[in-house]
Amino acid sequence: MLVEGIKSRPVYGGIAIDPFARRHIFALEGEGALALLDQKPALTATMLNRSEVLYVAAGPKGLDHDLALAALKPDRFWQGPTIETLLFRLRGSLSAATMSTRLYISGREGFIGQCMQVATDMGMDFSSIPTEHRGSLARRVQCVHCKGITDDVRTSPFKCSHCGLNLLVRDHYSRRLGAFQGVNVDAEEPGTAPQAEELFA
Amino acid sequence: MSGGLAIAVRVSRIDTVAANIKRFRLVRHDGEPLPVFSAGAHVIVSMDDDGHRRRNPYSLMSAPHDTSGYDISVLRVAESRGGSAFLHEKLREGDALTISHPVNLFHADKRGRKHILLAGGIGITPFLAMMAEFDRANVAFELHYAMRSREHGAYWQELVERYGAHRVKRYFSAENDVLPVASLLHNQPLGTHAYVCGPDRMTDFVLRTARECGWPKSNVHSERFLAPISGKAFDAELLRSGIVVRVGDHESILEAVEAAGIDAPYMCRGGACGQCETAVVACNGVLAHHDVYLSEEEKASGRKVMICVSRFDGTKLSLDL
Amino acid sequence: MAIVFRQETFRDDFTYRNSPGNIRRFPFPFDRDEYMYSVNMEPHVRGQAGTVYESLIDVDEHYVAEMQDRALVLKEDPLRYQALPHMMAAQWDTLELLMEEQAAGYPEHFTLIRNGDRWRWINRPLGIDDTFTFGDRSTLPYDPFEYITRQAQGDFCIVDQRDGNLWMDAGMVTTQADWSLDFDIGMNFMEWHGPVPLAHQIGVFDRALKFLLNLQLGKPTRRFNWTMTINPRLDTSPENYHKWGPDRTTVTPDNVGEKVHLRVELQSLWRLPRSNAILFVIRCYLISMNELVTVPKWARRLHRVLKTLPPELVDYKGLTRYRDNTIAWLSKHDDGAPTSPGIFPD
Repeated sequence: MLVEGIKSRPVYGGIAIDPFARRHIFALEGEGALALLDQKPALTATMLNRSEVLYVAAGPKGLDHDLALAALKPDRFWQGPTIETLLFRLRGSLSAATMSTRLYISGREGFIGQCMQVATDMGMDFSSIPTEHRGSLARRVQCVHCKGITDDVRTSPFKCSHCGLNLLVRDHYSRRLGAFQGVNVDAEEPGTAPQAEELFA
Repeated sequence: MSGGLAIAVRVSRIDTVAANIKRFRLVRHDGEPLPVFSAGAHVIVSMDDDGHRRRNPYSLMSAPHDTSGYDISVLRVAESRGGSAFLHEKLREGDALTISHPVNLFHADKRGRKHILLAGGIGITPFLAMMAEFDRANVAFELHYAMRSREHGAYWQELVERYGAHRVKRYFSAENDVLPVASLLHNQPLGTHAYVCGPDRMTDFVLRTARECGWPKSNVHSERFLAPISGKAFDAELLRSGIVVRVGDHESILEAVEAAGIDAPYMCRGGACGQCETAVVACNGVLAHHDVYLSEEEKASGRKVMICVSRFDGTKLSLDL
Repeated sequence: MAIVFRQETFRDDFTYRNSPGNIRRFPFPFDRDEYMYSVNMEPHVRGQAGTVYESLIDVDEHYVAEMQDRALVLKEDPLRYQALPHMMAAQWDTLELLMEEQAAGYPEHFTLIRNGDRWRWINRPLGIDDTFTFGDRSTLPYDPFEYITRQAQGDFCIVDQRDGNLWMDAGMVTTQADWSLDFDIGMNFMEWHGPVPLAHQIGVFDRALKFLLNLQLGKPTRRFNWTMTINPRLDTSPENYHKWGPDRTTVTPDNVGEKVHLRVELQSLWRLPRSNAILFVIRCYLISMNELVTVPKWARRLHRVLKTLPPELVDYKGLTRYRDNTIAWLSKHDDGAPTSPGIFPD
């Protein structure tokens, strides 16, 4: 479970299918595939005929959902090798989308954040995009000092992969950056950083 | 002072612009420029009708950057509680009025890539200002304007001339020409926003159709001006002031409170802004909520009431006022 | 009366000082001997001469030095100024407001001549005399918001109002108390206040938001916020925390008077006419403990406020390392006598 009570973190309320949408685009990462597959009994042919499923494998339990997703027989199924390629494909799909298109995102938080960035960039309002968190609790963190982003952060503090400062992961999330805030933990007395604790496994 | 700072104005010109619709130009009494406003804003017009104080909200329809005067348009309502009848029949050019500073509860989403405006009848007024602003800022927009007939519709010829038939579409119900809401909304690109202002029936229909077309709520905007609804007269006890006021059949609680000389907070006088929210201390009877501000839960709790539009039916109502 | 602008620094050798007259007009934020969050808003109206309420946009003896410090910050990190694209109307609104208020409050220093859309702006302290077309970005050297906030004391945020919330969509933030515009831009009211402890639980932000959504044109409102800073440093940004953080370890019982500063934000909030956005002006005032105790009432009261501050706030405001030293130092200036109501000196 994600920690609750972080005011700036989006609420990942689940990807319930909007019966009124004319087109559905699913952006799924790793275990995020299960957020759609779990709904299988309720998925209708009409709905799947209007669906485009974009998938990238990730994480120990999220590697082999491609066959199951393809077996749903959506209008389009596409699998990409990396998040980056999926984001590129998503941008293409959204460039032709209309207001009746619903985007659903499921996967780790960093993946959701990055898809959300593409979608808002294309003119969608974040509040119209259902999301569901699946997979590890690892965080995507931006170093407030050098602005570099480190993916898949599991501990706090951790070493910024760009500038090398020891960063405490603050419970403060920026939707625009799709990342949590990392702040130097031993700024006041360098060298006194506490032991890293695995908080986001 | 409640309701914002007041501005003393004079009616510089009155025009009949359609059957039952008049346009009033208001200029500042001291000849100074009026404040710039944002499109979609309204003012509360305060009028002295033979000693009876009436205050009604009207959308500003002139160009927002024009500070020489404000234009409002008023439909003469058949079952008028007095405001529109006074403005249509008693008010003359040169007469004095008081208006509030502009308040905006119906602003365009400035992030929008395209804006679709759906107007019904007198609901055209806020859109007149919006279109002037969109046009000035080179923002894409379309107006779809439904009217009863050519005679009843205001401004449609001028709008077609000014913005072109490609951007201004008109529909007359007398000619069986219906605004095709669903087909209009179907293929709009991402980032489009839709706005509706018109009779309640039309607003409900547009909101429902947008939902059925798969539009997200965040991109559909509406403004309803809710005139206070008439009903049976009742008494309201004002605990802090230590008095009981009689709310007449054609009067709102807010008006009755003001008539008793008590300065209650208000802003939109249309049940939308939340400013006049009042705590209900005791209620032996049923509150008739007519606002769009309180949530369903808040309405059901019976602990709050928007005194500008809502009423009461019962034996005892005590308010924290 | 013309202000005599001081030449001073907010970094390196820290030559910032308040003149005796400026100490008297310091906006001491505590009206009682303890502190807790509240929706402490009041109408922002002009007050007495000799207070910071003399003009609605206050200009004081630190104006020129603060503007120089801002220019240095922006040179190092241009992201301290940002505006999302849909905020252009609000930018012009802000330029108009700040020019008009500064010209009205300090005619000997600022002049605005409006001739239709053709405006001439004279800023004598900074040696600026520019003519431009209101509404035409290309006639100014910067965005209108950046242009005018390089010439106005305090941080500035413009929030857009939509969907029943306020969205921080533009800002000039170089004198902040440890928050990042670059991180927070685009957030709504609840989100950007996310890290503040205690206040959410007691409903402060719900009530404040409701109040602000109805903020009316021509009726600005104001409130205080405060923290403490070691050395008179304006730029205490999280971006540079690793540079200024070590200052907090330098406080000793002997140097509290010159090192420790009370940092007060006088926030004024204005509804903007063209954009329907709201301008947050966050004006920062700094006073050293040595300067503060020249007003006996303030010395007594600050001592008591710090002693009774809830631990969450001590932590959030970053006072942990030097609070005890500061309380001990201030205790010598608190004889236990009662303090008079209100914030002004006796």
